[in-house]
Parts: sequence; C-alpha cells; structure tokens
Amino acid sequence: MTLDVARIRQDFPILSRDVRPGVPLVYLDSTATAQKPVAVIEAMNDFYRHSNANIHRGIHILAEEATALYERGREHVAKFIHAPAVKQIIFTRNASESINLVAYTWGRANLKSGDVMILTEMEHHSNLVPWQMLAAERGAKLAFIPVTGDGLLDLDIYRKLLKQNPKLVAFTHMSNVLGTITPAAEIIRLAHAAGAITVVDGAQSVPHLPVDVQSLDADFLAFSAHKMLGPTGIGALYGKSSLLEAMPPFMGGGDMIKAVHLESFTPNAIPHKFEAGTPAIAEAVGFGAAVAYLTGVGMEAVAAHEQEIIAYALERLEEIPGVRVLGPSAGKKGGVAAFVLEGVHPHDVAQILDHYGVAVRAGHHCAQPLHEKFGLPATTRASFYLYNTRAEVDKLVEAIYGVKKIFG
Amino acid sequence: MDDLYREVIIDRYKTPHYRGRLDPHDIAFEDDNPLCGDHIAVTLRLDGDNRVSAAAFDGHGCAISQASADLLMESVVGKTLDEVKALTKQDVLDLLGIELGPVRLKCALLSLKVLKAGAYGLGEANDELVE
Repeated sequence: MTLDVARIRQDFPILSRDVRPGVPLVYLDSTATAQKPVAVIEAMNDFYRHSNANIHRGIHILAEEATALYERGREHVAKFIHAPAVKQIIFTRNASESINLVAYTWGRANLKSGDVMILTEMEHHSNLVPWQMLAAERGAKLAFIPVTGDGLLDLDIYRKLLKQNPKLVAFTHMSNVLGTITPAAEIIRLAHAAGAITVVDGAQSVPHLPVDVQSLDADFLAFSAHKMLGPTGIGALYGKSSLLEAMPPFMGGGDMIKAVHLESFTPNAIPHKFEAGTPAIAEAVGFGAAVAYLTGVGMEAVAAHEQEIIAYALERLEEIPGVRVLGPSAGKKGGVAAFVLEGVHPHDVAQILDHYGVAVRAGHHCAQPLHEKFGLPATTRASFYLYNTRAEVDKLVEAIYGVKKIFG
Repeated sequence: MDDLYREVIIDRYKTPHYRGRLDPHDIAFEDDNPLCGDHIAVTLRLDGDNRVSAAAFDGHGCAISQASADLLMESVVGKTLDEVKALTKQDVLDLLGIELGPVRLKCALLSLKVLKAGAYGLGEANDELVE
C-alpha cells in the first residue's frame, strides 16, 4: 500500500504556497496542527453558504439540514474509531477539553482522598494538568509509569504500580515528542485487571494510526479534529456508554437538558448531556469531512507511509554530526522526530530552518516534565503526515547543515 | 537571515564577555521566559555614586537572548541606576542591530526585563518594564 503523495498534495492548497518569493513551504509541523484538504474547506464553506442554522431547535428547513449535517459529522467520527454507537461520541473543543470533561465529571464523582491515578512521564500537559487539579481537589495521589532512556514505557514498573489499586490509568497512545507508540491494548488490559478505568490520549494516534476503541477496550479516548486534517475548535471524547450515562453533566446550559424548572433540571441523554450551548456546527461538518477524507485514503496506508518517511528521516538525521534524535528507533514510533543539535538552541535551529521554508516546532512541546527527564530545556521537532515526501526530509537535512554553517 | 544572525550575535553567543554571577553583588534578579524556557540571571555591583561598576548574566537560551544579555551587560557598566531604569526596548534593539518579530522580541528583551526588575527592586518582572 503506497500512497500517491503527489496526488494527495494537490488536495492541500497551502502546500503549494511559497513562504517567501521562490522559497516553497516544507511543512513539518503536523503534530502541532495538520493542514486542511479542499474537501474540508469546501464542506465548511458549503455549510455556511447553504445550510447555516442553529441545531436541535428550529423547525425550518435550514435547521433540519444543519442538524442532520452536524449529526452526520458525529456518525463519521464514530465509525472512524469503530465506536459501537454514534451516541458515544461527544463533541468538545479539543482533546484537552475531552480529558477535562472526564476529570470534572467522572473524576469528581468517583475519586476520593487517598485514591491513586496512574499517568506516564511522557504525557502532554493536557493529560497531566487536569489530573493534577483533580488530585489536589480530592486529595488523590498521582503515580507515573517511567520512560526508559530509549523512550519506551517501563511496563514492569507499571505492573508494580497497579498493586496500589488505582482508580484510573491515563496515558498517551502516541507521544507528541518521542513519537513512541505505546502498547495501549496491553496497558488497558492490565488496568482493567486491577479494577481501574482508562483514559487514552489519542490526540496523536487517531490522526496517524488505525484506532479501534473496541479492540483496545478503551473506556475513554480523547482526540482533536485539527490534528487530523479538520478545523480547530472541535474535538471529541469517546466513552463507554455505561460510564457516560452514569456521569454527571459537565457544563450547564441549553441543549444538555431534558427539562428545566426554576430550581432544578433533568439532564438530556448522551451525547447531548455533555454538549451545553450552541456547539461548533460548521466545525463538526468539517471534522466529518476530514474523517471521510482519511477513510478514503485508508488509515493503514497513512500509517505505512509515515513509517517509511520516519525511517528515512531518522537515517538522514542521524548521519548529521552533532544531531541526536530523541525516542525509540523506527518501527516503534510514529512520524515525529524531536532532536537536538549540539551547540545550537532549538529556537535558533527553527528560525534558520524557516529561512529555508522548513516549518518545524521548537520548545518543550507542552511536555515539560519529559524534557526535564532528558535534561533538555527544549528540542526542535519535525513531524510528518500523509502529504510529506522524502524530498522534504532532504530539504530539512540541507537546512540543518545551513544552521551548522552559521553557527560554525 | 544573515541580518538576524549577525556575526556579533553568533560571537557573543559562543564566547560571551559578561557571563557569570558576581559575588558579592548589590543587585540580583532572575526570571524565565515561560514560553521557551529561556532563563536569565543578572547580578550588578554598584559604586558609591550608585553607578554600575560590574555586571554579569547567567542562564541559558537561544543566541538572540544570550547575545542580547551579553551586550546589555556591557552597555550598563558605568551607567547610574537611574539610567539603567530608563533603558528601553529600542536600546536593546540598537545594541543587537536587528529587527525582530513578536516571538523573538521576547527572547531579546528577557535580559532587559530581568535587569530593570532588579534595578527597581521589584519582586517580579513584568512586561511593562520593556514596553
């Protein structure tokens, strides 16, 4: 299964722009946010041109069309991750809000003083800070699965931590810095055997790998549209129906209620119980279009292409004197290469790369504890998606040699 | 590019003239740029007329932040504390001799922010010091 990358690139208008006259864009920052295909841009445009109305309210034709389009977006997303039922997809603003939703509702209802939550040392701040806040509020404790020197999770220690009878295990399915693809099914199986529920941060895995919540047996899965070719402003939370139905509502307002009286209310059924107020309607339409686009390409093919690109990138980067790439070797990671270049700060690397049209991220990538673990204040990160080519890897390497030249 | 990474900036980054911490000192302050993790510590010694007799910076960060700190320390030696308090964003940009976008401007101005917070004896640095 090889992708016709040249054909795919034509679907992404931004990829044909120059960043400055004569300098074409080499976009290697999809882990921060992915570019958008015409299908997504047009779907959102069409919605505003032809069908815009508020949803779940009006009787008129526009309201009916808008409601149907919004719910079709949900259907696409549910099918994409193999959710048993469409109602198990809750639209949120992003993966962070999805995780916060679980912390504020399931967490507050179920955590008490002294309870243990297990996280990992490689979490993005979005799957760390909500649990820190919950732990502080409830007097609960956090324990962490360590990251090994080669960027893998230490499952032996995890098995020992499980003896503390944790209530919850929250972990990333793919590290946004190391690229590590974690053994999610195994982590979940062990958590369930210990009586814990699981929250999977799928912000990086859902865009890049085939993800099946049923074969994983995940209790919750959080992800964002904008990292998977969709718009910003919308994300999703998948949850098991029994959990979602038992959880109290998240935010109060319109649409999340069945009935309201002056002193009380009855919450709506899932998923609406968790979607207070007018949601991001056009964004849900765009999210659905993004998922349909990825499904059309095939997630197996996307993942295989990224495996090929990252293997090539690691090979080329590691031949540059002074470059060290973090994380596991090819085959154990997705299309993420965070690296350090000896003697040059990542901000300077990124600035000079930009001169070559190469867009990367520099910093701690919202994973400060992980950087502390490796003794690095920051790294430069190149990340790849279905539209990236080997020629772009070559351009990255050429630009890094340019950095070395300036810094002597 | 050649403008941004002028020779003086690369030189001062690689071989700073004012790196270190003065002990003893009369003024000391340090702060981070939370966005990028850059860190600058400034120590100053004053003579009897409240004039800077020695200045040093320590910390880590990109070439722009470290070179601007080094050039800034050089420029304050001999200045009175009131003159230090009156330093502006433009003074730092003149020292660097480059123009910067909003993100890199924060790198360049971290040392000025730390210096002025120390000079005023403030408990914390704020962005108004470098407006």
